[in-house]
Amino acid sequence: MVSEMESGHIEEMDIEVLPSMWPDDVGTDAGKQFNVEKPKGDQDMLEEVTIIDDATIVDFKRLLELTNYTETGSSQLAYLVKHWEYKQANAVRLLREELDILSKQREEVELKKLEILEEHRFEEERYGGDKRPISILDEVYDLWQDVPRRKNDVIVQNKRVEIDAEYDTVVYWKQRAMHLEKLLEASTQREQILIEKLQESIKDLERQSSPVEELSQILKRADNFLHFVLQNAPVVIGHQTIGINYMGMDVTDQVRKRERMAKLREEIAVQKAKETELNKTIHITEETMRAKQMLATMSHEIRSPLSGVVSMAEILSTTKVDQEQRQLLDCMLSSGDLVLQLINDILDLSKVESGVMKLEATKFRPRQVVKHVLQTAAASLQKILTLEGHVADDVPVEVIGDVLRIRQILTNLISNAIKFTHEGKVGVNLYVVPDPSSVKGEGCHQKLTADESTCSANGRKEEKCLSTSRTIGDWKGTHGQRHIEGPCQNHPSCDEPRTPHKSKVSVDGDNEEQPHSPETKVWIRCDVYDTGIGIPETALPTLFKKYMQVSADHARKYGGTGLGLAICKQLVELMGGHLTVSSQEHCGSTFTFVLPYKVSTASDHSDDPDELSDMADHNAATDEATERFFQFQPRTLGSLFSSNGSSRTNMGYTRSHKLNGFSDNSYSFPSNSVRSKETASVEEACSVVDDAETLCQPESSSSHSPDPANRDTVCRGKQCQDDTSSQFQNPIIDSTHHKETSREVAVVAKTREPQGTCQRQEKSDASSQCISSSSTEVPKSTLKPKILLVEDNKTIVMVTQSMMKLLGHSIDVVNNGVEAVCAVQHHNYDLILMDVCMPVMDGLQATRLIRSFEETGNWDAAVKAGIDQALLSLDSLQNGLGSTPSAMRRPIIAMTANALAESADECLANGMDSFVSKPVTLQKLKECLAKYLPS
Amino acid sequence: MDGVVQLQKQLVDYTASLFHEGFLDEQFNQLQQLQDESNPDFVVEVVSLFFEDSERLLNELGKTLEQKTVDFKKVDAHVHQLKGSSSSIGAQRVQKLCIAFRNCCEELNTEGCLKCLQQVKHEYSLVKNKLETLFKLEQQTIAAGGSIPTL
Repeated sequence: MVSEMESGHIEEMDIEVLPSMWPDDVGTDAGKQFNVEKPKGDQDMLEEVTIIDDATIVDFKRLLELTNYTETGSSQLAYLVKHWEYKQANAVRLLREELDILSKQREEVELKKLEILEEHRFEEERYGGDKRPISILDEVYDLWQDVPRRKNDVIVQNKRVEIDAEYDTVVYWKQRAMHLEKLLEASTQREQILIEKLQESIKDLERQSSPVEELSQILKRADNFLHFVLQNAPVVIGHQTIGINYMGMDVTDQVRKRERMAKLREEIAVQKAKETELNKTIHITEETMRAKQMLATMSHEIRSPLSGVVSMAEILSTTKVDQEQRQLLDCMLSSGDLVLQLINDILDLSKVESGVMKLEATKFRPRQVVKHVLQTAAASLQKILTLEGHVADDVPVEVIGDVLRIRQILTNLISNAIKFTHEGKVGVNLYVVPDPSSVKGEGCHQKLTADESTCSANGRKEEKCLSTSRTIGDWKGTHGQRHIEGPCQNHPSCDEPRTPHKSKVSVDGDNEEQPHSPETKVWIRCDVYDTGIGIPETALPTLFKKYMQVSADHARKYGGTGLGLAICKQLVELMGGHLTVSSQEHCGSTFTFVLPYKVSTASDHSDDPDELSDMADHNAATDEATERFFQFQPRTLGSLFSSNGSSRTNMGYTRSHKLNGFSDNSYSFPSNSVRSKETASVEEACSVVDDAETLCQPESSSSHSPDPANRDTVCRGKQCQDDTSSQFQNPIIDSTHHKETSREVAVVAKTREPQGTCQRQEKSDASSQCISSSSTEVPKSTLKPKILLVEDNKTIVMVTQSMMKLLGHSIDVVNNGVEAVCAVQHHNYDLILMDVCMPVMDGLQATRLIRSFEETGNWDAAVKAGIDQALLSLDSLQNGLGSTPSAMRRPIIAMTANALAESADECLANGMDSFVSKPVTLQKLKECLAKYLPS
Repeated sequence: MDGVVQLQKQLVDYTASLFHEGFLDEQFNQLQQLQDESNPDFVVEVVSLFFEDSERLLNELGKTLEQKTVDFKKVDAHVHQLKGSSSSIGAQRVQKLCIAFRNCCEELNTEGCLKCLQQVKHEYSLVKNKLETLFKLEQQTIAAGGSIPTL
């Protein structure tokens, strides 16, 4: 093999080495040189010959020359041969030399090769010795090792036969036979053992037939900790299964990792989904916010010109217009009001939602609030509905809360109730509940209302209704429903056993519950119930959603934006309470809100009923404070029912404690036509007058308005009320009233037109004034209206002052909010123009203080706000108008420089009636005065 | 009489230019409307009051803005005042600057405020000069025996 290899190598050497040693072109070069030179010499010579030949052509000469030439030629030839030989020899020598070198090299290479081979072999051996591949299984699994081992054990036997005797002797044979026998015995024994072993083996084999199982078993034990993958694969060689490979892998870590990975992946996915969702939400929210902002701004921008349109229309309606024009005007007004309301709603809502809405904490009297709201509603009522309010005795006289917002909620709910109630009544129950969580238990009032709601129909939807439903159908409805009125009206008196004087034994479930706990916080629940169309169950979930109405049908029928209830809910929740609703379709609904109020410690004792009865007669204010039942029966019915003998007051209401021994039942009955003057007690008259003044005026004024001057005095001092009250409070007694009213109603009935009713539901103040001015009965035009300007900028004061002068008014001027409050306390202004941004106290706060005074009848809020008591001179106040807490609401007009949504909105929220944007112009002032001043 | 007509024409032109250039706006007309026999110098009075007030405010503003820590509330109140005054006499350009001024104030931007103050001062002196010229023209017209033409 080696020799073969060597020869191969030699061949290779020849081939390979030659070219390297012997340059490629050597051979050819040499040849070329050799070949070229020879012909060259020949050619040159021949040329020479020919030339000479040509020159001398003689026969002799030529021959001679030719022989000469042959001689030189032959000698030359000989030389050439010699030269060639020499060259040849040289070449041979060179070749030989080369060959020598080559062979030498070959030897060297061979040697080297041998060396390499040797080395290689050595290495191979070393590798083999060091690293013989060993199956891991050999080491790890000794499953089969015990078998051969046992075999070895068994096989250990002495084979050698030792025979002492001589060969071929008897003894020898004998011995040999014995020996063999022994061997045989041993052999059989061995056989036996082997068989046994074999059997044992087989048994063993059978027992541990499936190592997989065994392994699995082992592994199962550790199951909790190990994740194990077991694989078996048959080892097949030549179509014969010779074994099975079992392979177990501990994949615990892997599994754990994989699980964690999966979990992580899952989490990431969730995270990502959340993120995108969040992004989307953020995006949407941003969009919404922008849209809302836009809406709010737009709303405000719309409101300003719109209020101009509406007020102009109002002014126009006070001028002489014919029937058709009036219709158009009324339509215009109510539409305008509706749009204004809608815009206000939107502004409110966006304010609450954006968290800008701030709540005020002012002292107020819940009874007054309820009464006022009901009065307002009654004033603009266009249906034959009874409005009533019950205030439980345990409700504190004064509480602290944001009265503006609470009023707003109450007004909203009541107008809603009225809107969806076509017959029956709408009422308010106010009572204290122990704890917001146990509100449900208060069934008493609830039940009452349920009883009362004999039948009615009415769904309701969130909607601050202006009760401007001025459709002819409505009127028809009212007429048709006349007869129902009777029973309905009975209710308040019948199921008010607690109304009658003092019967503290009253049904009032709440009384026992909390005679007004000593803690400063009190939860008051307010139910607004009606006997209206009710709310279908399906509509309940969306009831408080924005822009949602019970159905498209309702929306069409009743109009509205679907914002009212949403605003109510948001406001209530903002104040920490909750708003709920229960309703039965066609029977009525009850909206309930429970709100926490702080109790003003100063006057919380007066809610004690016994105390009340004692002091009932002393002081009108106290009576006001403790009134517990108000009722406003349908207006205009007096005349309608007069034929039946069932005439009634315009605004009937009862006071439990005042009328000693007098049964309320009797006078709130529709049949008590001959209601005595006495029943209409002084207080009663006062309370109706004092701030109902504005509210009930529109109606009475259109027919016959009492002397407004007189009215004013009524408001201020309510002591000498008897005549006034009887005069305009009870049309039945006053014959002129009666006549007038009935005439008006007759007209209404005939023409079936909204007529005087929808002219002035909202701005009762202004509109009533307007009406009275247009009517022949001259109101207090003799008195110059008192106007107060609150403004710190001298230039503006000067300009405004002279504008007012031009308009025929002189005005009082003060320079900041504190001075304004003082001025208001000393004089009764008919109109206040209030700058918003002022030093010391701004216009908003001043307005709030003034409103709080109007609401509560005291200046506590002002004192709290830091106004010097001395400045306020509380004593004079108490004697003067201070004792009429519900004195008329003074129109306060903001004068604002930034006509931005925020500030205008703020003005209204703080109790201002309107605003005039700066710079003030004659036109603006004129409009404002026309709107808010008794001419 | 020619002189009077000339003066009247000049006055009208001048007033028109003030409106045209935006120094004054409608509100100034309002002021003029308020002026009558019983109150012949009303416009001059109001505008003088405005000058007085504005100069005081501008001084105050200058002082307030010079302070190390600027009381922006105070600045804002002053600017608000100035804005109210200027808007009520119809000094439109001053009023508009006041709006920008208040924005700077809201941003608590002292530099911006100072810049605004400079501008307001400038505008104020401009409008002051213009109005004074206007009044002088009016006086001359009246002195020459003519009446002030109504716009």
